[in-house]
Amino acid sequence: MSITRDEVAHLARLSRLALTDAELDHFAGQLDQIIGAVARVQEVAAEGIPPMTHAVPVVNVFRDDVLVPCLTPEQALAGAPAEEQSRFRVPRILAED
Amino acid sequence: MATGDAGTAGELTRLTAAQIAAAVAAGEVSAVEVTQAHLDRIVAVDPDVRAFLHVAGIGALAAAEDVDRKRAAGEPLGPLAGVPLALKDVLTTKDMPTTCGSKILQSWRPPYDATVTRRLRDAGIVILGKTNMDEFAMGSSTENSAFGPSHNPWDLGRIPGGSSGGSAAAVAAYEAPLGIGTDTGGSIRQPAAVCGIVGMKPTYGGSSRYGLVAFASSLDTPGPLARTVLDAALLHEAMSGHDPCDSTSVDAPVPPVVAAARHADVSGLRVGVVTEFSGGGSQGGVQARFTEAVELLESLGAKVVEVSCPHFTYALPAYYLIAPSECSSNLARFDAMRYGLRVGDDGTRSAEDVMSLTREAGFGPEVKRRIMLGTYALSSGYYDAYYGKAQQVRTLITQDFDAAFEQVDVLVSPTTPTTAFPLGERADDPMAMYLADLFTIPSDLAGNAAISVPCGLAPEDGLPVGLQIMAPALADDRTYRVGAAVEAALQQRWGGPLLAQAKELGETAGETR
Repeated sequence: MSITRDEVAHLARLSRLALTDAELDHFAGQLDQIIGAVARVQEVAAEGIPPMTHAVPVVNVFRDDVLVPCLTPEQALAGAPAEEQSRFRVPRILAED
Repeated sequence: MATGDAGTAGELTRLTAAQIAAAVAAGEVSAVEVTQAHLDRIVAVDPDVRAFLHVAGIGALAAAEDVDRKRAAGEPLGPLAGVPLALKDVLTTKDMPTTCGSKILQSWRPPYDATVTRRLRDAGIVILGKTNMDEFAMGSSTENSAFGPSHNPWDLGRIPGGSSGGSAAAVAAYEAPLGIGTDTGGSIRQPAAVCGIVGMKPTYGGSSRYGLVAFASSLDTPGPLARTVLDAALLHEAMSGHDPCDSTSVDAPVPPVVAAARHADVSGLRVGVVTEFSGGGSQGGVQARFTEAVELLESLGAKVVEVSCPHFTYALPAYYLIAPSECSSNLARFDAMRYGLRVGDDGTRSAEDVMSLTREAGFGPEVKRRIMLGTYALSSGYYDAYYGKAQQVRTLITQDFDAAFEQVDVLVSPTTPTTAFPLGERADDPMAMYLADLFTIPSDLAGNAAISVPCGLAPEDGLPVGLQIMAPALADDRTYRVGAAVEAALQQRWGGPLLAQAKELGETAGETR
């Protein structure tokens, strides 16, 4: 299984990374090598072995339904790259056409 | 014992955390004097070591004053009150920046403290500042930090390990007696091993992830770094325990780690040598010191047997599917909207374009590689073949551990296959870099407890070697019991701590580089 430069470009788009052409060339070779190495898991992962998602099997962790203090709007906005009217200001999210 | 006169400032930085706490509690030295001595040490050696990204001198002295005031008022002090600490820059701090070694969070000040941070403060521990790390804890050398690498105090031309390399280097350079690291694939134990100190990965869920900026949520575990096993145990106890803010936190008592570190007796204990990690895969000097450490355990009364864990050699490939998969999801939060860097917001570009430009500018190469690798492993058509298979291998590794722990109480291996390598040697060779975590990854995947303690110097390069001791989940105390026994016996043989064999750092601010 090898990965092409075009596939890496597609992964970059999915990952929201505006990679340069030079990066695409560089990463394509490295990712191909890494994917080749990690594919070894297929040698031993036979049918019927249950998947393990987490080290500690905990389910349905609830807390008491009591109010606890939360961040003020000022605190929440303190690290924002841009704010307006006590809200996060974001670039346009819809296309013009 | 050190008293407060001028000649002892240097000595104060050589004390263990336990000694400092005892001296502060007895009034032999003030917490302010201890803190100032460590801040002075940072000024003297950190231009060379570069362990810290941010030093919080004023805040540290204020915290120390608070300890001194409480003592004067007769209020009870915790067992580490007044002891300085170096905090990895991946745990949030209200009064200090938290960058995770990344440009995307450069100068970000979190609005809240991590649970670990809060517990340290509550214990009267003095946080000196935030330490360097591989970006978002992805790496084994600190070379992936956006702010430049840290340097190994044993040899400034070599890596201090990673990702918690800044904390390990700070502790090894006597800039702080204690450090906090986080372990996802070995990021506490590997830097501890190559810096010649003690580093412990607690059982997953034993220490809180609340306020730990997430890399791989099913693996990330904060833990202690120190120069002695007892100091690590004292810090382990102070930072651990159930936290309702972390839904994967274990609701069980903290294992009796301090008592175990004081017990330091392995007679009758069953120790398993992992066959797969004790063959020819390590550097010669690493293998030699490991073999000696096993013989030492036997001479101390442990029953040593060899135990095969056949799937451990698949841990590395499984990890490099699971951790990047979780990372690609976790790091989606860096979207340039609510905090951190924003690039290209010129009034015409879309949110999606700004997001892509920001992430391109804000993330370094290793983070980009792992995000794309994870995106690949999770994408439809590849999910079953990669992420799904890796999760099955995780089960096989855990089953290997379960079977082994039916035969033995602890497992041992070298912590790392090699000693500290030169800076730059593996910087753009990801697969070579990943091999540094070959022996540490199984315990992360299984979520159990593992410690690294110094076991000597490799004869070929004179650099530290670590012994890894692994124990079942929630049996963290066993690793301390074995680690303390090894430490005591080896220090008797060496005539002092291993770190005493490191050559002194030139206390001449930046002249040696």
